[in-house]
Amino acid sequence: MKFIDGDWQKEINLRDFIVKNYTPYDGDSSFLEGPTEKTTTLWSKVLELLKEERVRGGIYEIDEKNISTITSHGEGYIDKELEEIVGLQTDVPLKRSIMPFGGIRMVEASLKAYNKELPENISEIFKYRKTHNDGVFDVYTEAMKTARRTGIITGLPDAYGRGRIIGDYRRVPLYGVDRLIEEKQNAKNSRDFDPMYGDTVRDLEEIAEQIKSLFELKEMALYYGFDISQPAKNTKEAFQWLYFAYLAAIKEQNGAAMSLGRVSTFLDIYSEYDLKNNVFTEKEIQEIVDHFVMKLRMVRFLRTPAYDELFSGDPTWVTESIAGIGLDGRHMVTKMSYRFLHTLVNLGAAPEPNLTVLWSSKLPETFRNFCSEISIKTSSIQYENDELMRNKFGDDYGIACCVSAMKIGKQMQFFGARANFAKALLYAINDGYDEKNGEKLCEGVGKISDGPLKFDEVMEKFDYVCEWLTKLYINTLNIIHYMHDKYCYERVQMALHDEEIIRTSACGISGLSVVVDSLSAIKYAKVTPLRDENGFVYDFKIEGDFPKFGNNDPQVDDLATMLVERFMKRLSRRRTYRNSIPTMSILTITSNVVYGKVTGATPDGRKSGEPFAPGANPMHGRDTNGCIASMLSVAKIPYDSAEDGISYTFSVIPDALGKSESEKVENLTSLLDGYTLENGHHINVNVINKETLIDAMNHPEKYPQLTIRVSGYAVNFIKLTKEQQLDVIHRTFHTVM
Amino acid sequence: MNKGLIHSFESFGAVDGPGIRFIVFLSGCPLRCLYCHNPDTWCKRANFEMYPDEVMKKILTYKNFIKKGGVTISGGEPLMQSKFCEELINLCKSENIHTAIDTSGIIDLKLSQNAIKKSDLILLDIKDIDKNDSIKLTGKSNINAIKTLDFCESINKPVWIRHVLLPNYTLIDSKLERLATFLKQYKCVQKIELLPYHTLGKFKWDELGLEYKLKDIDPPSNEEVEKARKIFGI
Repeated sequence: MKFIDGDWQKEINLRDFIVKNYTPYDGDSSFLEGPTEKTTTLWSKVLELLKEERVRGGIYEIDEKNISTITSHGEGYIDKELEEIVGLQTDVPLKRSIMPFGGIRMVEASLKAYNKELPENISEIFKYRKTHNDGVFDVYTEAMKTARRTGIITGLPDAYGRGRIIGDYRRVPLYGVDRLIEEKQNAKNSRDFDPMYGDTVRDLEEIAEQIKSLFELKEMALYYGFDISQPAKNTKEAFQWLYFAYLAAIKEQNGAAMSLGRVSTFLDIYSEYDLKNNVFTEKEIQEIVDHFVMKLRMVRFLRTPAYDELFSGDPTWVTESIAGIGLDGRHMVTKMSYRFLHTLVNLGAAPEPNLTVLWSSKLPETFRNFCSEISIKTSSIQYENDELMRNKFGDDYGIACCVSAMKIGKQMQFFGARANFAKALLYAINDGYDEKNGEKLCEGVGKISDGPLKFDEVMEKFDYVCEWLTKLYINTLNIIHYMHDKYCYERVQMALHDEEIIRTSACGISGLSVVVDSLSAIKYAKVTPLRDENGFVYDFKIEGDFPKFGNNDPQVDDLATMLVERFMKRLSRRRTYRNSIPTMSILTITSNVVYGKVTGATPDGRKSGEPFAPGANPMHGRDTNGCIASMLSVAKIPYDSAEDGISYTFSVIPDALGKSESEKVENLTSLLDGYTLENGHHINVNVINKETLIDAMNHPEKYPQLTIRVSGYAVNFIKLTKEQQLDVIHRTFHTVM
Repeated sequence: MNKGLIHSFESFGAVDGPGIRFIVFLSGCPLRCLYCHNPDTWCKRANFEMYPDEVMKKILTYKNFIKKGGVTISGGEPLMQSKFCEELINLCKSENIHTAIDTSGIIDLKLSQNAIKKSDLILLDIKDIDKNDSIKLTGKSNINAIKTLDFCESINKPVWIRHVLLPNYTLIDSKLERLATFLKQYKCVQKIELLPYHTLGKFKWDELGLEYKLKDIDPPSNEEVEKARKIFGI
């Protein structure tokens, strides 16, 4: 293949390759092709497997006998005659293997939940070999263990793979594995004369592991009959090489989020070349895309029931970032952008891969309307503001998990789940005691004065609690990521990174709108705590009205900005592991239900145990000025103080979008344009009927592919727990009157 | 400047004129339509009292969303506060924002014509083609509504007609045919929207302690709506 020359030939530089070689596409979707017969046949086989998986209780099969590594399992196929892109995590489609380096107890718990047992020879190994989970709990302080128990910080990756690493899988097709091995060896050799202190030794060991993993990657490909030592020579090889790289990652690690990156515009360079030179037809290229995406929909990890409660629906966050605008001003929409979205039509709706459009109102109108059309049909796309992110991350960033941007191959995130912001407020009101279990977690808060709550006093105590919380939080994360690096290193993913990378400590908060409305009530109405016989505040009496978040009212929206900025400021002052930069997200996934369960009644009128709103959403039912007012409130939250992402979920019934199909599409596009022009960061779009969801809750078998977007990701609705389903239904639906 | 007696705002109106619209619902209505889904707007008592420039300030925060749409003034019967409407529309014009008034046409033209002249679009709700049936359905005859339509025709003011399909009252083939024929003579009518009767607003009647007279009437079926649309050729 002949590409345009550039720096990319002398050094590992994907961005240079892309910028010099991609073809922006300004046309419409009429070139797209439907599924081939092979695709339809293959996909119906997969649907059968998925159905059987459901029948078997959510797990198709488990391999508890072989520890999963890049080379642990031989070839596996759905149907060798039909698959254009090959490769499975194990030898059987949907079969889940064990990955004990994150934690052996978790593997045991997962196996037990499905009536299996860890074989003797494997538990023997882990009598002598320490895991990430062992390391973390050896060092955790009592305070940290208590904090986990009460739920003031939860979801921490101390028992499961941390994820939030996106290997630059594109490097494999562009350079071939041999060249990548050579570059890594040169990098290692160049440090031969460095003084060998702690960090240097660690760095060099990491490079050594990366090099080993690249050899294993080649070996794995050979099982399938492919020699990937050299660059890909055409579109099919580009997809296959790239998929092998990603496959190696998901054989080695079970990170919560195993995102794909920003591969579509890159792959279009190959397909444009092949189309021009009659190597492949459009139909054949779409077939390759369809088969590739099919594989991404089949990624599976063995999890514990506790994990499933927090991250419901079998999420893998195979996030692909589509489009965006280049630094030189050209948009990056290509035909491949269309093809990837078109898989939602050819294969039907699905939550994975997590298709994410990097939106700008400057993208071609045909493309924007195409996205809206697909959203209305499938509710399977999320949108993020490229204008906001390009400033900070350039034009070769991808989204990790749901909302967290990072430069591909040059950055990784130390995932930190989230702190319970609402519970922190209750600690401030309850002299540092946990309102549910009565333990004192934070010393020195001081009893709050009698009578109605005073705003200044509450804020002072809340600031104090947040100072304590951010210190505890970052310290906890530091331990987790030290141990993960040590005992559960992501070898092949990091092999596909530069040696010197940026690291961020990705913290988060949940329950923002609860805290905002609580402070608004305290400030503008009269909130009197109700105490039990021990003096603990268990509920609140609210007299008078107060402005609520979600109505585009600066009186209360300014409180949200203030809270986010203040918390971020505190985080940024903490000392972090490996010089990582603290960042923060406002994101909950489905855990807004779990967090609400462990949190008592709050001053905004929320009852004890009631779910929080997801992500940065206003609390259910409190937005009374329509959905754009709600969006404007959320858009005001400063991205500068929440660079790990601000998640907003928007649900609407189709009739509320407009009367005709074309009006619906145009209006949704206008909504997305407006939201991004107002600096909103992220938006999930659910276009669905309440009745459909209620029916799906009662008859899951009728809706195997019903996809909705819950804060941060699309999920198969029927895979959620009943509680989570009810939460989604009660969440603000904007109907038409 | 005239203070407006306002019931509420809706920031995402996708079915009240072209594009996405910011809707201002004004309080007060002289009609008492049997199927009204906003009976809480009948009384002229306001939830908000605001001057046009205060409302405009609010509207401007939505400017990025309503570029392809605009502002619709509805209610209640907005032309009961005709001067307020006129002033608000003037402010919108100075910001290049498209305007529409959603009205029943009940207000006498002497009072309403200035606001109508200024607005870019009129959404006119023709309740009933028959004068006497109109009184049964809304409490008032349809004479003023027709006079309003004639006025719009005389000044070439774009009009979208809205007509609620209510079984036993308006969802009658002969009446629909008469209305369709009647409307054909108007060049200013750009669009006709047939709105099937629905019961989403019934709970408001209960809340206000009003007796809902259409208890026994079900919304029209999809087939009935399709048939009605065919009569109008839409």
